[in-house]
Parts: sequence; structure tokens; C-alpha cells
Amino acid sequence: MDFSSIDPTIIVYNLMIAATPILYAALGELVTEKSGVLNLGVEGMMIIGAICGFSVSVETNSVYIGFMAAAVGGALLSILFAVMTQYFLANQVASGLALTLFGLGLAALLGHSYTGQVPPQISKLDIPILTNIPVLGKMLFAHDFFVYLSLILVFVVWYFLSRTRLGLIVKAVGENHESAHAIGYNVTRIRFFCILFGGALAGLGGGYLSLVRVPQWTEGMTAGAGWIALAIVVFSIWRPWRLILGAYIFGGITILQLNLQAIGVNVDVALLSMTPYAVTIVVLILMSLNLSKKSLGAPGSLGKSFIKVV
Amino acid sequence: MIQIRPRENKSNLLSAVTPVIAVILTMFFGGILFSFLGKNPFEAIKLIFWDPLMSETFADYARPQILVKAAPLILIALGLAVGFRANIWNIGAEGQFIMGALFSGAIGLAFYPSEHWFIFPLMITGGIIGGVLWAIIPGILKSRFNTNEILVSLMLVYIAEQALASASIGLLRNPEGSGFPGSRNLNQYPSASNPEIISGSGIHWGVVFAFLAVWFFHYLLKNHKFGFHIRLFGDAPRAAQFAGLKTEYIVLLCFSISGALAGVAGMFELTGPAGAITIDFNVGYGFTAIIVAFLGRLNPIGILLAGLLMALTYVGGEISQFMLGIPAAAIQVFQGMLLFFLLSIDVIVKYQISFSKTKAISNKS
Amino acid sequence: MKYIKYVGIILSLTLGLINIGYAADLKVGFIYVNPVGENTGWDYQHDLGRKAVETAYGDKVETSYVEAVPEGADAERVMTQMALSGHDMIFATSFGFMDPVMNVAAKFPNVKFEHATGYKRSDNVATYSARFYEGRSVIGHIAGRMTKTDTIGYIASYPIPEVIRGINAAYLAAKAVNPNIKFKIVWVFTWFDPAKEADAASTLIDQGADMIMQHTDSTAAMTKAEERGVYAFGQASDMGKFGPNAQLTSIIDDWAPYYVDRVGKALNGTWKSDDTWDGLAPGMAALSDFSSKIPSDIRKEAQDLHDAIASGAIHSFTGPINKQDGSPWLSSGETADDGTLLGMNFYVEGIEGNIPQ
Repeated sequence: MDFSSIDPTIIVYNLMIAATPILYAALGELVTEKSGVLNLGVEGMMIIGAICGFSVSVETNSVYIGFMAAAVGGALLSILFAVMTQYFLANQVASGLALTLFGLGLAALLGHSYTGQVPPQISKLDIPILTNIPVLGKMLFAHDFFVYLSLILVFVVWYFLSRTRLGLIVKAVGENHESAHAIGYNVTRIRFFCILFGGALAGLGGGYLSLVRVPQWTEGMTAGAGWIALAIVVFSIWRPWRLILGAYIFGGITILQLNLQAIGVNVDVALLSMTPYAVTIVVLILMSLNLSKKSLGAPGSLGKSFIKVV
Repeated sequence: MIQIRPRENKSNLLSAVTPVIAVILTMFFGGILFSFLGKNPFEAIKLIFWDPLMSETFADYARPQILVKAAPLILIALGLAVGFRANIWNIGAEGQFIMGALFSGAIGLAFYPSEHWFIFPLMITGGIIGGVLWAIIPGILKSRFNTNEILVSLMLVYIAEQALASASIGLLRNPEGSGFPGSRNLNQYPSASNPEIISGSGIHWGVVFAFLAVWFFHYLLKNHKFGFHIRLFGDAPRAAQFAGLKTEYIVLLCFSISGALAGVAGMFELTGPAGAITIDFNVGYGFTAIIVAFLGRLNPIGILLAGLLMALTYVGGEISQFMLGIPAAAIQVFQGMLLFFLLSIDVIVKYQISFSKTKAISNKS
Repeated sequence: MKYIKYVGIILSLTLGLINIGYAADLKVGFIYVNPVGENTGWDYQHDLGRKAVETAYGDKVETSYVEAVPEGADAERVMTQMALSGHDMIFATSFGFMDPVMNVAAKFPNVKFEHATGYKRSDNVATYSARFYEGRSVIGHIAGRMTKTDTIGYIASYPIPEVIRGINAAYLAAKAVNPNIKFKIVWVFTWFDPAKEADAASTLIDQGADMIMQHTDSTAAMTKAEERGVYAFGQASDMGKFGPNAQLTSIIDDWAPYYVDRVGKALNGTWKSDDTWDGLAPGMAALSDFSSKIPSDIRKEAQDLHDAIASGAIHSFTGPINKQDGSPWLSSGETADDGTLLGMNFYVEGIEGNIPQ
């Protein structure tokens, strides 16, 4: 067993890339859930983002335009969910599952002629001084733009939710939509936009998957990433910064076990793969035990339909 | 502007008609989808909806197959619906399905190759226990710590899937299977198998069980005081508490029921249609059942019909694939559309929509 | 609006009731465990075989397929429905279809079944598979000769005999030309997961591998190899499009000749249940064109090795070979028998690491 061949720099580097798609999707779902909506259709939105991003970037030969298309694609799909749950008042759990089913099938149909195409390449950013720092440079500062964008967005979302008035309103709507409505906030509209934001970000995550991480388009390529994103939102206790931790842990477990295998360590792959989910459950329990700190809990109205009684 | 108000008296006529409208809408938009793909829309719709039921070539075989495909969906959905009515969200039925299959499979394989009459009933018990054990985790966590049961039960699904893979490759792997992952085929082990009851149909004990369960839950929820308790708990939890219902008790009971049904469905699937424990044993019945529960409006008879409808689209979808060359993904989109329409159209049933010229009084003055 | 729908429904009912006679002499059905895909992969190659059948026999044969069929009850139903709708021959292209095939075959004795990679047969069920390990020997040779880091990365799916055979064959061939060779093996526990395969490739490359071999189905690893500037070997199909610089050669599953042959036998009435395990010779396992990146002397060696295995002069597993634990397996000059190969569950001596249990 040659542990020396594991280079921690490279592991962190790969880990960040592996975590980025789920970080995007989880960030979007966090905002959605903060407004009180549980959208289980993340997998469907991600894969639609993956195919939209891929196909557009192949057609336009530009990765950046492709990413924009990915976000738009994810947002468009989420409109279906938003309309069903906010206007037709359908049950959120069932609607989310239907969205996943629909999204997976639709992406496969759209992507039929794109299997096997090679997308335009994205370049790694070469930040002038920072990239040359001995260890940290390679690890943290030699990524492509979208890795940094994901981190920037985490900051933006955190700032939005905790420091802006609109963000506070979103949280209020999520905590108790009856009271928020009584104060005069348009619950439906706020939730609608939060759902769209969630869709756009899930789309970006999917786009990253098909344009950078793999990169190619294949049917079903998300392979459950959307469900992992949902888990990470919980793991993060609905706090944006903790999402990064969660995404890196989940993403890191795969990278770590692959590396351990490659050097000959006898890992129980199944057991190792279970740990992120088990840890999430433990986190959930710990959260609920902490009754005094109410702000640690899930948004109060999560999952409930809001009916405007006039 | 449009005003939406919950209906006080649910119209039974609307309840019955809206699913039909949704199906017709799906046929229409699905037809458009199929013609985009270059396939004859009428032919496609016919193959999906009509042929499995009526075609000379297929119907005799397909009709009972619809029952076989619907059985696990119905069983699981019945259990879930009990919980959903009480606002208890068990999303982890897929994991409980797997655990039920693993437990019962382990029991059956432990006895191999001896033949005894009690092996099969013991396996049924194992399936129930497996499902209950897995479902009781979110149940206890919810009743004790008020932990969000949606997320706990969902996480447990992933863990169960890993356990399934691990068992297929290791613990339960068939020693005479050339090293391939997967257990021995239980269909070939008489004491443990769940064979077809009516020859040539594929109808197995699970199907019988499902029908019995529909009748049982119909009676339970309608006439028995348990049904009343569940509804009370769901609609007015505080009133329920005042009436003496213990929250903990209801939560645990609901999870146990849904876990038991999911687990036993897993057992019947394992010993019947599937035959062996394999890495891909679970095909999503636990999640589809959630949708079936909603489509059936959480009502046993409704669930029966919804399950049959979903099964029909699966069976018909397969036929349309090799008869017309429709890609599998198109069938998935079609099913998604069906669900969207069914879920959306329910708004007419549950709520009263009125148009009025007056504006709502703004409180923001 | 509704009337149009009614008319449409009635029309299609009428059409459906009219029995349209088939012009073809033979109806052949194919079931695939995954979606077929556009350019590469296990199921895509089988579908190429199907298309070859159509080309070879024109109007005499009508083919159809169902993709994304889960193994188990669904497979049984799909095959039964195919049989009911008049299919005379069905190709089941995945190991997991084995029991469903046997069940349906018993109910429809007049339908001929061909089951890929299985081991159960009956009067109307034949089995077939390819000796991919022979191809692995050739790529092992190339890798052993061309590696600069003496490290070869292997992305393995599940610890089943077929995969283990491939690893062993490649290793033996590489070791034979390069005693310093090291294999780094990663088990991804999936046949198809582009992200995981890409990660596995990255990991192996980071750990020093400059040659990547895979026994998984997507082109992700090849794409990664291309991106990182190392060499790789494609699997199931020619993956050159994804690795114009990276791909040295690809193991190709070429089912077409076998399919055309079997359908032909069914057409002229000489079809019999059989077990076919063909390799490089009949071309069931084939290699794609050697990349120009392979130096001409190595290319010649590889071609010679290929021809030698194809002619039977060399067997991929020729002793002396010990098992990983040191116990003797094949004595000098002895070749492995098919039985051991089919159930292979051990590494040969020299490979580090354990096969997951």
C-alpha cells in the first residue's frame, strides 16, 4: 500500500470539481426550501440543464452560452412544477416526483442526437499570482470559472437571505405562510420565483456535469446527483455556507474511496457509500434535539400548500 | 381575478370525471409528442391504452400482467395513503420494499434446500419485519424528536440500495452462479417460491394480497374508528390530542403499516416476478406508489384504479416500443404528462374556483 | 374537438382489428437492458448486429427491439409479448435475462432464443459470448510496451469472472513484455456512470497511470484520458472520436457476423441450440485500427500476437502461472480450460490488491 502516491493537493482539486454540480443544485434547492417549497424534482431539472447546456454549447461552440442555456432549461422545467404546486395547488411531493420522471424522459428524447458529440472545451483560469502558490495554488486557484461561480453564488445567496429585506421576506414566507400573507406579502409570487431560481441553479449544476466534469452527454448521466443535492440541503441545516461542506464531503467520499482502491487499500465500497447518508440522518436528529435554537430547524411551512383564503 | 377556496362538499361526480379528463388530455398531448417523433399518434395511443386490454394478440396475456404489475404499487400505496391522510410523510417506501425483500430472501435462502410448509409464511413475516424495522426509524425519530420524516426516510432509501448491492455481491450471492452478482433464484425453490396461481397468467399471491388489502383498508378507513382517528389526526391534530389520541402512537402505527406493506410487497416481488435478489432489484415501485397514492386520492378504491392505470401505461408502453419503435424515454415523458394532468386537474375537485370583479382588500395600507 | 378524438379512436380501432399480414419470413426481436445510445456501448453494438441482420436479409426478415428493459419480471413480459405478436426469434442481450429467457422459452417452444453471456440452455435456447480476454491480451501487450511510468490503470465494474478474466489477461500480457508493470485497479460497481468513470480515470491518472483500460460502458474515461494527455483503450466500440490522441486501440464487440449467421440458420431451418464462445478468430471480439501513435515495431508485435491468438498458436492463459496467493495454477505450457475461465474468481500472481467480496 503506497500512501505516498496519494497527493492531497490533487484530491482536493478533484473533490472540488466533483462537488460543484451538486453544490449548484443544492444551493438552488436551498432557496426553494427556504421559501417553504419542497421540490423533489431536482434530478429532472439537473438533467434537463445537462442536455440544454450540452446541445447549445455544441451548436454555438461556446461553453458560456451553453451554461446560460442550461440555467434557462432548468428554470423552464421548474415552471411546470411551480404552476402545478402554486396555482393548481397540487401536492408538492407527488409533483416533484412527477417532474423527475418527466424531466428524465424529456432529456433523453432531446438528447438523442447529441450522444457521442464532443463539446467545446473550457479552459482553467490562470489567476496571476494565486495560481503559483506552491500547494494551495494548484489545489484552489487553478479551476475553471464555474467552480468559482458556485462559491460566489453561495456568498450571494447567504447575503441575500440574511442581509436583504427580500431575503427576510422569503424566509418569513417559508416559516409561516399564513402570517406572511397576513402581513401582505405575495406568497405565491415569491415562491414562484424561488422555484425558478432553484430550477436555474439545478440546470447549471447539470450543465457543469455535461460540459466540464465528464464531459459529454449520455442518457441518465446525472445518476442520482439530484437526490444527493436534496440530501446536502438537509445536511447543511439550510445554511448556505454549510452547503459547501456538505457538497465537498459527499463529493469527496467518492474520490477518496477511488483513491484508496487504487493504492490497494481494501475498502468496503458499499459501506463507504452509505456514510454520507447516515451522517445526514445523524445531523437531522441533532438538529431536532436542539429545540432551543429554533432557527436551526427546517422552514416551518416546508411542503405545505398555500391557499389564499379570501 | 381568480379566487380559490377549499370546497366544503366534495363533488363525487367531479371526482370521478376529472381523471378521465386528465387521461384524455394526456392522450392528446401525448399524441402530439408521438407525431413529433414521427410515429402515428393514433396507433401509439391505441397500443398503450387499448391493446393490452382488448387486442387479440396481447390482451389475454397482458390483462393479468397489468394486475401483476399493479399489485406492488397498490400494496405500497395503500400503506402510504394511511400515513399521508394523517400528514405523516413516508417517502422511503422504496427502501422498506428493499429491506422486506432482503429479510425474506435471507430467511428463504437460509433454509435452502430443505422443504417445509412453514418457510413461505416465515418469509412473509420476514418481509413484514424488514419493512417495519426500516420504516420505524423515521417513525421513532419523528415521534420522539420531531425530526423531518420525509428526509430521514429518503436517506434510508440510499442506504438500503447500498445494502442491496452489498448483499447481491456478497452475503446472499448464489454460490452456484458463476461468480455473477445476484442470489439464487427463489422461483426454483418450491418452498420459497411465489408461483402463479392461475396458470399462464402470472397472477401470484401478491396480487391476491393486494386485492384483499384494498378491501381491508376500505373497510378500516370508512367504517372503523381507526379510520376516523387517522383523518382527525391529519385534519386537526390538536383536536385529536384533546380527544386522547397519542401522537406518538399514531405516528408509529402509520409508519409500521406502510413499512409492513412495502416490505411484504418486496417479498412477493422477490419470490414471484423478480425471482432473485439482484443489484437492480428495486425498480422504483416505492416512489411510483407515492404517485399512485395521490392519484387515488388516498382512497383504497381510488388507489386500486390508479395502480391499474399506471400498470397499463407500463405494459402498453412496452408493447408500443417493439410494435412501433417508440423510444423508452418517450413513454417516460408520457407517464410524466399523465401525472401532471392528473395532479393539476385535482384542483377542480378540491377547490372552488370563482371569478370575481372585486379586488382583494389589501392589508398593506 | 372531442368528436375528432372519437373519430380518431374509432379509426385506429378499426385499423388495429385488420390483420395486416407480414411480408417477412422471419420476425426477430432484440431486448436491451439499457437504452441503445448513439455511438458506443454494449447495447449499441448489439443493435449494430441487428442492423446487420436487416441489411443481410432485406425483406425476408423484420426486426424490432425494446430498450431499457429491466432484468426480471419486465423482461419476461416483454419477451412473452414479443412471442405472442409473432416473433420467431429473440435475442436477449444481457446476463440478467437468463431466467426470464428460460421461462418464456418453455412456454413458446417454437420461438428460438439466443441469450448473451448466459449458461443455461434448452432445445430452443442457445447461448453465446465473446472471448474478450483475447483482446485484452493484445492491449495488455501494447500497454506494457508503451508505458513510461510502468503503471496501468484499470477501471473495473463488478467482480464477476468476465471482468476478472480481462484483468488477468491484460496483466499477463503486459508483464510478459515489461516485468516492472504495475496494475492499479479501481472497482466502480456500475456498468455505466459517466461521472464515476471520469473520476476513476482521473484518480488513476493522478496516481501515475499513463495507460487506462476500462471494463465499463461509457466514453467518459476516454474523454478524461484525452483531456489529461495519457493513452487509453476503448471498450465495446471504437471510442476514437472521444480520444483522437488518447485511444491506442479499442476492443470491439462485433456481434454482426454471429447474428447474421444465426438468423440465416433460422431462415433455412438448420438452427440448433448451441453454446458459442468466439474470440479474435471469427472476429466476435475484435480490435479497432491501431492508432498511429503506436510505434511500428510495437504495432507489428501486437498484430502478430493478435494473429497468433486467432490462429490458436498462443492461448491468453498459458502456464507457468500461479494464483495471487502463490499457489500454482497452470504448469509450464499448460493452457487454461474453459471451465476455470468461466468461473474465474482469483487474480494471478503479481496483481496487488483484493477482489471485493
